[in-house]
Amino acid sequence: MKDSTNSDAKKVVLAERLAVLKKNKAFVVGASILGFWIFCSIFSKFMVRFDQDAMDFESINSPPSLKYWFGTDSTGRDVYSRVIIGARIIMVISFVATALGAFVGASLGLIAGYLKGKFDMVLMRILEAISAIPVIIIALLAVAAIGRSSTVITVLIIGFIFTPNVARTVRAAVLGESELEYVAAAKLRTEKTAHILFREILPNVLPTLIVEFTVRLGYAIFAVATLSFLGVGLEAGSPDWGTQVADTWDKIFTNIWWPTLFPAIAIASVAVSINLISDALLEVFEL
Amino acid sequence: MSTTQTPTLELRNLEVAYTVRGIDRQVLRDVSLSIAPGEAYGLVGESGCGKSTAAFAAMRYLPRNGKITGGSIIFEGKDIVDIGETDVAQLRCSAISMVYQNPATALNPTIRIGKQIAEVFELNGASKSDAMKLAQESLVKVQIADPERVMRRYAHQLSGGMAQRVVIAMALASNPRLLVMDEPTTGLDATVEAEVLDLVRELRRDTGTAVLFISHNLGVIRNMCDRVGVLYAGALVEQGATTEIFKNPSHPYTVGLLRCIPRGGLHKSTDRLDTIPGTPPALGTKYEGCVFASRCSLADDKCQTELPQMVQINGEHVARCFHSDKASSMPRSIEQIEYASQADVRSVHNDDALLSISHLSKIFTQDGHKVRVINDVSFNLGFGETLGLVGESGSGKTTIAKLLLGLVSPEEGGVVTLDGKGLAQTLNRRDVSDVGAMQIVFQNPDQALNRRHSVTRIISRAVERLRGFSVDDSVVRAHELLTGMRVDASLHSVRPVQLSGGLKQRVAIARAFAGAPQIVVCDEPTSALDVSVQAAILNLLVDLQKKDNTSFIFISHDLGVVRYISDRIAVLYLGRVVEFGTSQRVFNGPFHPYTEALLSSVPNIDGSIRKRIPLTGVVPSPSNPPSGCVLNPRCPRKAGSGYETLCETEEPNLTEVEPGHFMRCHIPVANLKQLQN
Repeated sequence: MKDSTNSDAKKVVLAERLAVLKKNKAFVVGASILGFWIFCSIFSKFMVRFDQDAMDFESINSPPSLKYWFGTDSTGRDVYSRVIIGARIIMVISFVATALGAFVGASLGLIAGYLKGKFDMVLMRILEAISAIPVIIIALLAVAAIGRSSTVITVLIIGFIFTPNVARTVRAAVLGESELEYVAAAKLRTEKTAHILFREILPNVLPTLIVEFTVRLGYAIFAVATLSFLGVGLEAGSPDWGTQVADTWDKIFTNIWWPTLFPAIAIASVAVSINLISDALLEVFEL
Repeated sequence: MSTTQTPTLELRNLEVAYTVRGIDRQVLRDVSLSIAPGEAYGLVGESGCGKSTAAFAAMRYLPRNGKITGGSIIFEGKDIVDIGETDVAQLRCSAISMVYQNPATALNPTIRIGKQIAEVFELNGASKSDAMKLAQESLVKVQIADPERVMRRYAHQLSGGMAQRVVIAMALASNPRLLVMDEPTTGLDATVEAEVLDLVRELRRDTGTAVLFISHNLGVIRNMCDRVGVLYAGALVEQGATTEIFKNPSHPYTVGLLRCIPRGGLHKSTDRLDTIPGTPPALGTKYEGCVFASRCSLADDKCQTELPQMVQINGEHVARCFHSDKASSMPRSIEQIEYASQADVRSVHNDDALLSISHLSKIFTQDGHKVRVINDVSFNLGFGETLGLVGESGSGKTTIAKLLLGLVSPEEGGVVTLDGKGLAQTLNRRDVSDVGAMQIVFQNPDQALNRRHSVTRIISRAVERLRGFSVDDSVVRAHELLTGMRVDASLHSVRPVQLSGGLKQRVAIARAFAGAPQIVVCDEPTSALDVSVQAAILNLLVDLQKKDNTSFIFISHDLGVVRYISDRIAVLYLGRVVEFGTSQRVFNGPFHPYTEALLSSVPNIDGSIRKRIPLTGVVPSPSNPPSGCVLNPRCPRKAGSGYETLCETEEPNLTEVEPGHFMRCHIPVANLKQLQN
């Protein structure tokens, strides 16, 4: 619609929702933490104190100090700078992977929930089978088959793994929507199935999809970190948080805790913040 | 009312407010009423006027954001506004009970019926085994056949009427002195409603319980209550003995309400329905003067600025109006007709049928069983004619509509012919012009309008698809259509959620007319609306019909509405047409026994006493219909007719008993006529 007043009405609805969200403490805390990390991943260049790969052989494994806020690792790299730089990697990968899973899952869920019958039956059984395989096993298999780990593979694996969950959630919402009379009304003006799915039903299941997306995003952060930790995620030596933890955790026993603790806190804080946000969204949209 | 007795319940200047987004909004203003022991007090008004709030307040059961801001609630002489939670619980346990609108949600789906009722007795101190016995006795009291089996069932295994009886049994289990009934029969079919109301009347006679009866249905109130209070915008505007109020309504709102109901004998060809102009005020609107002034044709400057007090009309009949003497003779409020009537130009009984359906059947598969929901239905529809489809829930009204529209395809042999052209069975095989020619107005505008789209888009998209207009042209046409439906231009770009129920239905009607249809199916288009809004919508439909000579298939369970708007009527029972004829014939008799029972069960507002012809038993399942005539196990005229064996063994055909009047009954029409006089 070209109506300007229509977009005004949309703004009003959105403003009301935001007002409710602003009062939700969980949402405010979650959004602040996530906002901080998003800020870091955009402006990391201005926030780092040293090049993330620069090695200071003078101070290897030095504890947190005024020069190195989070200390240095075993090759003398600044932990603070590496944590800040790592934010962008994990955020972008998690977001892209979740978006991929949400797109494929939502499309399949829409079609299955609308067509019902045999197509729905077969598709849902296949998706159930996929979700029965643990993420780690799929990742290990994929890396073993291809022979190396890479960012693209990580994204594809996580997207693939998330597809069944998103599809199931969207399908359930579509099942309810497709019984409503506005769908019959659309059929009674000779709309094509694609129009009914994406222009009529999809906007009505969008809140469900958004919430599901945030929930998945929280899991994606963990998944990326886990895969990197196991060495089947990103390229070795990349400054992402999972790899940092993997490279340094054995030093904890020699009392060098700082190169492990700070990226670990970073992972936890992002995951928690996204969970807080998705909880708040669930509450506000009453899903 | 004699004042020597302590009233069971008395509300004195009760004020209730709801806190919405931090602001207190007043919902009940200075409500005073009293209910004597054994008396039935009816509270009537349109949605949002505070009826249910008054009921909940009387039980101290307001939602969390509701609070009593003034006045007192006196139960048997004791103020219960400030008593503690435990005392309130004790009161609800032993002295006040409530029957809710929807019995399906009032019962716990996971507990067997017997145990649920027994719990109430146990709460009142009965032992476990006694409680079960008492529960069974209480089911006998509410006239449930085979109580032992019902005790073992779950809520979802009961029909609506049965479930409501169980709820009533539970409410009466504690021998309450006050029974609050909040729209107890609103979701039920007319015949079931009549039975439940009969039951309540009998129980009241036996137990002497005082009843606070809440309903939007004036007919039900008239038949059930000794005294009535009329609520508008949270204020009691009129109060008095039922017969007195209905005979001599003295508040303009009451007069308006009574006038806008399509009542006995009114027909679209001769009468236009009154409406109440304007809309009810938003929740918590503040007033200087009379709450009704903005919609009242008698209002003057005094009404706008000065709050009227209750004026005595006659004995205890009081009205809150400065002009109560003029109310009953106030000018009729009829919307302007914008175009010349063409009613006399065309003839209703045109031989060329616009639509003809023949041998339409539909079988649904349910849990592996084949259920024949529509059985060999045939009828014609003329140009500019309205055919009313009447029947209880499950009779197949909506399925017939879906078959016509192609949303569901009929079984082999069923033919739908539009203007001489056979239509494809499914929608996607029909031409655009055929699809546009037959459209529908759904019952529930909330579900029928996509809540994510603007009103204009909903209409313009239909114009675009069905008329082949360009996007810009269809937007222009959409605005024209909406304006024609009297939807203000300022509302064209909003989403449906911002519209009132009546406006939503106008938008839904505009959409049905977007493709310039020849036939519009109206599936209970006014059953979700208040009576004053219903009148406006019915007037609109009649106007549209006169203007474009559109034919309607009008589905409704409200016989008054169907009688008003229909030229011919088909009465359905269990997927079969049992009677078919002109509106005149069907409503004036001789009647098919089922139609007779249906008509006699409607509570009317004119107060005439009719003998109720009861339909015994429940509607049989279409998966296992009775042998012979499907009505025979419940037929009020079978016994003693001399045709019993025939009725039980052979299904009657739809035969013409009088010119243009068809019936599916073995009993000759002459005999029926005799029995019905």
